[in-house]
Amino acid sequence: MKILVSVKRVVDFNVKVRVKADGTGVETANVKMSMNPFDEIAVEEAVRLKEAGVATEIVVVSCGAQACQETLRTALAIGADRAILVETNEELQPLAVAKLLKKVTEKEQPGLVILGKQAIDDDANQTGQMLAALLNWPQATFASKVKISSGKAEVTREVDGGLETLSIKLPAIVTTDLRLNEPRYVTLPNIMKAKKKTLEILKPDALGVDVAPRLTTVKVVEPSKRKAGIKVPDAKALVDKLRNEAKVL
Amino acid sequence: MAVLVVAEHDNKSIRKATLNAVTAAQKLGPDIHVLVAGEQAGDAAKAAAQIAGVTKVLHADAPHLGAFLAENVAALLVGLSKNYSHILAPATSNGKNVMPRVAALLDVQQISDVSAVESADTFVRPIYAGNALATVKSKDPIKVITVRSTAFDAAAATGGSAAVEQVAAPADAGLSAFVSRELSKSERPELTAAKIIVSGGRGMASGENFTKVLEPLADKLGAAMGASRAAVDAGFVPNDWQVGQTGKIVAPDLYIAVGISGAIQHLAGMKDSRVIVAINKDEEAPIFQVADYGIVGDLFQIVPTVVEELKK
Repeated sequence: MKILVSVKRVVDFNVKVRVKADGTGVETANVKMSMNPFDEIAVEEAVRLKEAGVATEIVVVSCGAQACQETLRTALAIGADRAILVETNEELQPLAVAKLLKKVTEKEQPGLVILGKQAIDDDANQTGQMLAALLNWPQATFASKVKISSGKAEVTREVDGGLETLSIKLPAIVTTDLRLNEPRYVTLPNIMKAKKKTLEILKPDALGVDVAPRLTTVKVVEPSKRKAGIKVPDAKALVDKLRNEAKVL
Repeated sequence: MAVLVVAEHDNKSIRKATLNAVTAAQKLGPDIHVLVAGEQAGDAAKAAAQIAGVTKVLHADAPHLGAFLAENVAALLVGLSKNYSHILAPATSNGKNVMPRVAALLDVQQISDVSAVESADTFVRPIYAGNALATVKSKDPIKVITVRSTAFDAAAATGGSAAVEQVAAPADAGLSAFVSRELSKSERPELTAAKIIVSGGRGMASGENFTKVLEPLADKLGAAMGASRAAVDAGFVPNDWQVGQTGKIVAPDLYIAVGISGAIQHLAGMKDSRVIVAINKDEEAPIFQVADYGIVGDLFQIVPTVVEELKK
């Protein structure tokens, strides 16, 4: 079975983002960029399924600017076999990405597509579900465990209040939650090997997808800051403040 | 045109997040319908009819709607969509699962986790773990929206008397099946609905310490218990305790952060709490920058003395 994994290049999770002075977005120039952490979990899961003999080939895909090639190379170093970049400098919103991924999925015919549940830049949490809708495939989002057997996937999901297990027919869409696995560190030999793997470049026009944004960003502002309060010396002082000043007890 | 709110419920009663979504819907129009999709969910539909401000309840009942499977619920919503200008759901795990599927089937770009309604087509939503707020304007004919519950007051659960209309459920899509559910059993209030939350981080050092040290404090306060991602990653507590960018968003009256350093991803989930208390041995920990009251010191000594003080 072939597995397709999509990855997104985002501002590294350790970076404290700054809103641009003109209110058009956040500063991304000269900022460290990395693979979206949930996508790293998605790549790792695919590699584990290949190591377990369930998957035969892993194709990793990213949609965005030329620099996404770096992100794809990281995925190849984790263990994906080949990469596809759908290259565009246009702003891509989740619906547009889902449409592009649909075309790539139709071309590649994977048995399973794994995506991160959410990108940590726009925090949208949409693309996997949208791709499932467009393909009319089943979806299992927020996965913490994936078992593949006889044309089905049994997926345990992180839901409010606990865990839920679904059985979905393949081909299907799975999106990852953080406890699914712990991604491996990429080693230098694997980074070298990744440089030799195939990276194909496609264009949205050639795929026949209109990627025009449906949402216009009117402005981006910093949220109002909370003021730091006071330090209290001990438990007695704390309980006194909570009872008599904050009146929350 | 009317506004449709997708109810979060357990077939018997309506969950509070639905009430917050109704308040968001009231900013979009006066005619508010609530969809209760479930299995033997008559009681939940009756409860929805009593929510103040709701003008009609749509009740779809079928065995294959019982587990709220995305494929089946999305098909139902697409069938109902033509009568509505907006379809809203609370940004719960169900809402996040189903609504993007609906949006894609309708060929519209969903607006996730809305924290303010500016007008019928313009909304505010947090991005980058709440470190920025984006105002976005939608060009789509139907707006598909998930609502950040903590950003809207709850509508009154009673006082309304809407009619309940039965709607037919589309056939089972047959793509997915419910297998089992393991819900954390707890006598405590639900994390997203609690007035007080006691939350632990990596500084707790073990899962056992959550039981031994934090639980007595939570018991004394009648609080829900939460955790940082670090504590979940370390395996101390289950993932559904996680507060933060990729976990639950909470805004209780009192949030007590114990042994939590305050990574931006955690702050994203709790910084709208009314009063924040931090207990941490590291004086420089970022959590103190958002805390109203902080104690610097060893949590294993401080927390038990707080419990003692509360008994006085």
